[in-house]
Amino acid sequence: MNKKSLIFLGGLALWTLFPAAGHTSLAATAKDNYRTYCAQCHGLQGNGRGVNIRDMSVQPRNHTDASYMSQRSDEDLAKADRKGGLAIDKSVLMPPWGDTLSPAEIKDMVQYLRTLCHCTFNSQ
Amino acid sequence: MSPNHLLLRLLPGLLAVILALALSPAWAGESAGMALLESRCASCHNISGPAPATIHALWARKAPDLFYAGNKFRRTWLVSWLQHPVRIRPAGEFYADHVKPGPERDMVDESTLAPHMALGAADAKLAADALMTLRAHDDLIAKEHVPAGSISRSMGSLVFDKFLGCMACHRVKPDFGGLSGPELYTAGARLKPAFMASYIRSPQSWDPKIWMPNKHVSDTRIVQLVHYLQALSKGGSHE
Ligand code: HEC
Ligand code: HEC
Ligand code: HEC
Repeated sequence: MNKKSLIFLGGLALWTLFPAAGHTSLAATAKDNYRTYCAQCHGLQGNGRGVNIRDMSVQPRNHTDASYMSQRSDEDLAKADRKGGLAIDKSVLMPPWGDTLSPAEIKDMVQYLRTLCHCTFNSQ
Repeated sequence: MSPNHLLLRLLPGLLAVILALALSPAWAGESAGMALLESRCASCHNISGPAPATIHALWARKAPDLFYAGNKFRRTWLVSWLQHPVRIRPAGEFYADHVKPGPERDMVDESTLAPHMALGAADAKLAADALMTLRAHDDLIAKEHVPAGSISRSMGSLVFDKFLGCMACHRVKPDFGGLSGPELYTAGARLKPAFMASYIRSPQSWDPKIWMPNKHVSDTRIVQLVHYLQALSKGGSHE
């Protein structure tokens, strides 16, 4: 075994021992992602009243509205985030974020939306 | 070695010296322009790249990146805007720092937006020439081909507003559209067509963390959008 591969294996061992350390320092939190990408339409407070909404023909969803948000499953919310409104038969004004957010970030975002509505999926 | 041969061997060197002397005013101008950018602009603008790689770097950015200015701007626009700068991004940079909750919706807090510095005519030309040499993304521009053409205003606005929802973030007239992106009724005068096409195709290729989504716009639509934006900045009524 040469020197390079020893260093590589050592690094790999460290990385498998402490995967979380690298992860949390790199990944943006869902809250930061929301402020950057979603707040422009859904509002700094998540109430659907963002700075962009005045002339929009369909208004952004109020993410603090528990009665609406509890009717949407986590999969529905993730699909809307990743592929945009058109993919779920809703307005094109809701953009797709699949090229901006990683699958892990979208998963975290759905959990963040649940904290905004203080709700979980309730199928009835 | 005969004198003739000696001359032949010295010729290229002599030519180079003559060429250098002939070009030196241009070189001097370019480096004076770069010096101007370094001393008066680089405190806010990134003129050497790369673009922010994390959200926190994005939030910390004070002004738009200029390290690909030569790929992006039309020189004539630069020369005139630098002398008479007017706002391009209604909510500034970074937008969320200039917005606060209001009674009906979040509002731009105008008091946090400062006017841009203005340059005199000579400095504006010097700065524009230096900016036009900053072309970090020749690779992306080379992939675009926007044929000349036109589109009716009504078809253009149908594509922009209704089919693709671009109006949510961009103004296409002075008082219609969203505020988190740059105004676009002046884009045709400001931006090169190939830049517009490339940016619409993949904003993340230019600025990985930017808050414009990739909407996977087709080639045909991209050309229509560029023609529409060019038409908007030619003046006339914004119907
Ligand atoms: C350009 C404006 C805009 C931006 C930016 C935006 N949205 Fe939306 N969003 C909308 C609009 C408009 C709707 C309502 C669509 C409808 O009801 O037809 C919507 C609806 C939604 C819905 C509800 C979907 C459903 O099932 O009814 C979710 C969830 C959502 N957005 C999440 C997000 C997230 C997360 C972000 C940021 C990553 C985001 N949005 C950014 C405009 C936007
Ligand atoms: C105090 C910070 C600051 C300084 C110094 C500054 N700028 Fe700017 N500049 C900005 C901001 C903020 C914007 C965005 C304005 C807008 O969008 O309305 C901007 C916009 C621009 C734009 C348009 C960019 C785009 O993508 O739309 C150009 C070109 C520009 N500046 C050139 C210069 C040059 C050349 C200098 C130096 C002579 C300079 N700036 C100095 C803050 C600054
Ligand atoms: C969610 C908001 C949002 C949506 C939707 C959006 N954009 Fe953008 N757009 C932006 C932002 C933010 C920028 C870059 C701002 C910067 O560089 O400072 C931008 C930049 C641009 C630029 C370059 C302008 C310049 O001066 O740098 C063009 C052209 C453009 N967008 C066209 C479009 C088109 C066409 C669509 C619809 C397919 C669209 N945008 C949809 C937010 C948006």
